[in-house]
Amino acid sequence: MQDETILEIKDLNICFEMREGTVNAVNGVNFSVKPGEVLGIVGESGSGKSLSARSIMNLLPRNATVTNGSVKFRKTDGEVIDILAEKRESRKMRELRGGHVGMIFQEPMTALSPVHSIGKQIMTTLSLHTDLSKKAQVERAADLLAMVQMPKPMEMLKKYPHQLSGGMRQRAMIAMALSCNPSLLLADEPTTALDVTTEAQILDLIMSLQDELNMAVIFITHNFGVVAEIADRVSVMYLGNAVETAAVDDIFYNPKHPYTRALLQSIPRLDGQKRHRLQTIEGMVPDPFNLPTGCVFHTRCAEKMAGKCTSQIPELTHFENDQMARCHLHQA
Amino acid sequence: MAGYIAHRLLWSIPTLIVITIATFVIIQLPPGDYVTAYIAELVETGEVIDAETAAHIRHEFGLDRPMYEQFLTWIGGILLHGDFGLSLDWKLPVSELIWDRIGLTLLISMLSLLMTWVIAIPIGVYSATRQYSFLDHLFTVLGFLGRGIPDFLLALVLMWMGFLYFNFHVGGLFSPAYENAPWSFAKFIDLLSHLWVPVLVLSTGGAAGLLRIMRANMLEELGKPYVETAYAQGLSERQVVWRYPVRVALNPFISTVGWALPALISGDVITAVVLNLPTTGPLLLRSLQNQDMYLAGGFILILSVFTIIGTLLSDILLVLTDPRIRHS
Amino acid sequence: MSEQTLSDTAVEPAAEVKENSSYTAKPLTLMWWRFKKHKLALWSLGVIILLYLVAAFAGFLAPYDPFKHNRLHPFVPPQSIHLFSEDGTFQGPFVYGLKRQRDPETARLSFEEDTSKINRIRFFVEGDKYKFWGLVPTKLRLFGVEGRRNRIYILGTDKLGRDLFSRLVYGARVTLSVGLIGVFFSFVIGITLGSLAGLIGGTIDTVIQRMAELVRSIPTIPLWLGLAAALPVNWDPILVYLLITVILALIGWTNLARVVRGHFMTIRNQDFVLAARLSGATKTRIVTRHMLPSMTSYVIAAISLAIPEMILGETALSFLGLGLRPPVISWGVLLQDAQNLRSIALAPWLLIPGVAIVVTILAFNFLGDGLRDAADPYQK
Repeated sequence: MQDETILEIKDLNICFEMREGTVNAVNGVNFSVKPGEVLGIVGESGSGKSLSARSIMNLLPRNATVTNGSVKFRKTDGEVIDILAEKRESRKMRELRGGHVGMIFQEPMTALSPVHSIGKQIMTTLSLHTDLSKKAQVERAADLLAMVQMPKPMEMLKKYPHQLSGGMRQRAMIAMALSCNPSLLLADEPTTALDVTTEAQILDLIMSLQDELNMAVIFITHNFGVVAEIADRVSVMYLGNAVETAAVDDIFYNPKHPYTRALLQSIPRLDGQKRHRLQTIEGMVPDPFNLPTGCVFHTRCAEKMAGKCTSQIPELTHFENDQMARCHLHQA
Repeated sequence: MAGYIAHRLLWSIPTLIVITIATFVIIQLPPGDYVTAYIAELVETGEVIDAETAAHIRHEFGLDRPMYEQFLTWIGGILLHGDFGLSLDWKLPVSELIWDRIGLTLLISMLSLLMTWVIAIPIGVYSATRQYSFLDHLFTVLGFLGRGIPDFLLALVLMWMGFLYFNFHVGGLFSPAYENAPWSFAKFIDLLSHLWVPVLVLSTGGAAGLLRIMRANMLEELGKPYVETAYAQGLSERQVVWRYPVRVALNPFISTVGWALPALISGDVITAVVLNLPTTGPLLLRSLQNQDMYLAGGFILILSVFTIIGTLLSDILLVLTDPRIRHS
Repeated sequence: MSEQTLSDTAVEPAAEVKENSSYTAKPLTLMWWRFKKHKLALWSLGVIILLYLVAAFAGFLAPYDPFKHNRLHPFVPPQSIHLFSEDGTFQGPFVYGLKRQRDPETARLSFEEDTSKINRIRFFVEGDKYKFWGLVPTKLRLFGVEGRRNRIYILGTDKLGRDLFSRLVYGARVTLSVGLIGVFFSFVIGITLGSLAGLIGGTIDTVIQRMAELVRSIPTIPLWLGLAAALPVNWDPILVYLLITVILALIGWTNLARVVRGHFMTIRNQDFVLAARLSGATKTRIVTRHMLPSMTSYVIAAISLAIPEMILGETALSFLGLGLRPPVISWGVLLQDAQNLRSIALAPWLLIPGVAIVVTILAFNFLGDGLRDAADPYQK
């Protein structure tokens, strides 16, 4: 693990055992995050992005197994934790969750406990990871709510989730995730369930807090626009593979993988280039029980090379500026 | 909140009035009255009563007056003096006969309710968190059996088994030595040693039903995103399960306490007949057979009132525990 | 979530064939498809059908007249059926003869197998006279033993020497039909009041809701007892039987009404009802052709869960001596003989009707659970 990285995922493979067969949901994902860096993970639903994020928390669904790979996290004191080697319930893992890594979820409606007040839920996290007195916890919780720009924080502490709007709930969720000053924040589609104006506000909030607290953020989304706005680096996922990872500018202006290119072409543009129709990616996402041989994208790829792409799994190719892609086009 | 409770309290008043009237009508329904039943009984033993004596007895008990008048006298006595009238059969004031028995019925019902929870909640939680494990399957089978065996049959079987294998006489609430003794610590211990049989019988059926509800609720709650949030906060599995989903899954329990109580009281009545317990059951049965209307009426009325209070309490409890209802 | 989406896409190809027909399948067909996957419920359905067949052909299946006393054979324990005699020769199915003994001290009669006498079981024999379905006089019984004076008691006899198996089979008629008739009555009351409450709402809804709450808040057994005690002892058993079912129904309708009302409330504002209204359908038509059919499956499930309640009710009442009374035979009436420890200790087989009750109730419960799970055909 390189010295300056806070999180490193190497060759991660996760599969599900189901009655209908085995699903390889994550196939050799690699990425790393530096302190204070924002990594965006983009992909369609089912591409394995949420699963990869949950492996960082060691909170995979019970029927999922990690068949290969490692996830390592460097705490602020320098200690490196090999997350997948830890037991799900170990003390180290529980300290990590909520203490060093905060997580926010897609559904602010249901991701907060309906029977506890906002304040109580924030204070639960505080009491698990800090030695603050009860009174100090209340103060800290109110400060946190003020930090996420909720009006009248002292009153908000007593409110229950169902009394708040979606945007307010997501703010409370963020306050909870940040309560113990984590060095990494996992955001799993935190704005997908919100309307557009609220989405913008929440994104602004996350960005300003990231800046202020200088924490690393992994931001999972299916929305390229969001990624462009907030990410430093981007990882594009397709069917459990991180097909391309690069700095945000390289992804948008110099994409190496045909899938990235195809995705970019399917975004509506306002910059004058008139096109009659938006381009779509041909074909359907393949059945996860029968993944294509060779490159998983070959069934839909416009630049497919017969023979090679259908039979051989492409190696990861490294380019300058830390850009990498899995595609035969770039292999000698 | 206070408004809600006041509203519920107000609603229970008409309910009570209707129940009182219904009770009285039910007892008056059988053709003939106590005296007819009494005469029939005497005729069987060979005695004969002439019409005049019959009329005399009727007059004495007020049975010759119009029904509404009898009702008003009855209810008036209860409300004004706590007087439930005279048991025609026992020739004793009803209140002397029923309070001890009702107390025991309520004690058994409450203990059974507690027992139901003590059995159902931990097993339900275990079954849900270890779904499809061996014990989960075992508990499911036991739960089904518990639901299928009627109370009185279980009591019969327990009685038989106790006799067959332990030569232990299951039944009654006191050993003969203590039956008529005044209350003492020894008598209390003796009561406890007998009490577990009816409590077990009564709680089995309820626990089996609640177990399945608890398991289903828990499974639903465990799949909800807030559980994942709780894990992500750093809580251990035990903390997550007991602090969050259990609390939510318990809500239906609390709201059904009110309904569980009438079922338990019903169960007690029939189990008591089988096990020969000195609770309401045997006396109520006898009073109904003899058309001892004030006694039967007193029983049904008081049991119903306790049920209504139970329902009321469970509604209030529900409001207190579930913020979603509290604020809507 | 990724796993969810994965399994979504995964199921599609396999279910594709059925998918096509499921677009046009009626709710009940869909319900049946889902129900079939429930093995336990399917078995229970089989058991229930079997039980009702037994009840329907009681006269033919029972070897003896259930009312006929036999002073020579009180409290005979169940006889076991053998295939080989003591010396190991194959005899076909048979029972040994009965040896009567009297305990010299207690003067109590007891019976033992007399291994020297072999009574072979014969099928389709002439037995006691009965009327098949109350119409055709016949003597044909499914089985019996050789010899005019020999008897076969596979479940033993009661204190009057009546064959328990025959009584159990005849009792099934009453007990099982009480469930059906009682549910029919409570179904009528429940559906009427439930749909009134759900459709009209307002004051009527409140009144009906309160009524249901009232009925539910009275402890059922005392209420049953009270009502049942109101039935005069000397009335015709048939009338008592009908009134008992009515009493059970008067208390049992609330649950059904709740289901129907709740469902009316939820679908009242759904698009298909609105569509029907917009296309000019009359209110009656909307209710009878659109709303009621949409809840058939729920109602069926609720009914199948209500039947065991009714059966339990009848059994409990009769057991206490307030419901059906002898000479009517029902399982509850049969259990009256096993009411105290002395008789159970002496003749434990008198508890066998209890086993029949438990099996029936379990079967209905499993069936009801299966139906309830299958009732929502559009839910995953």
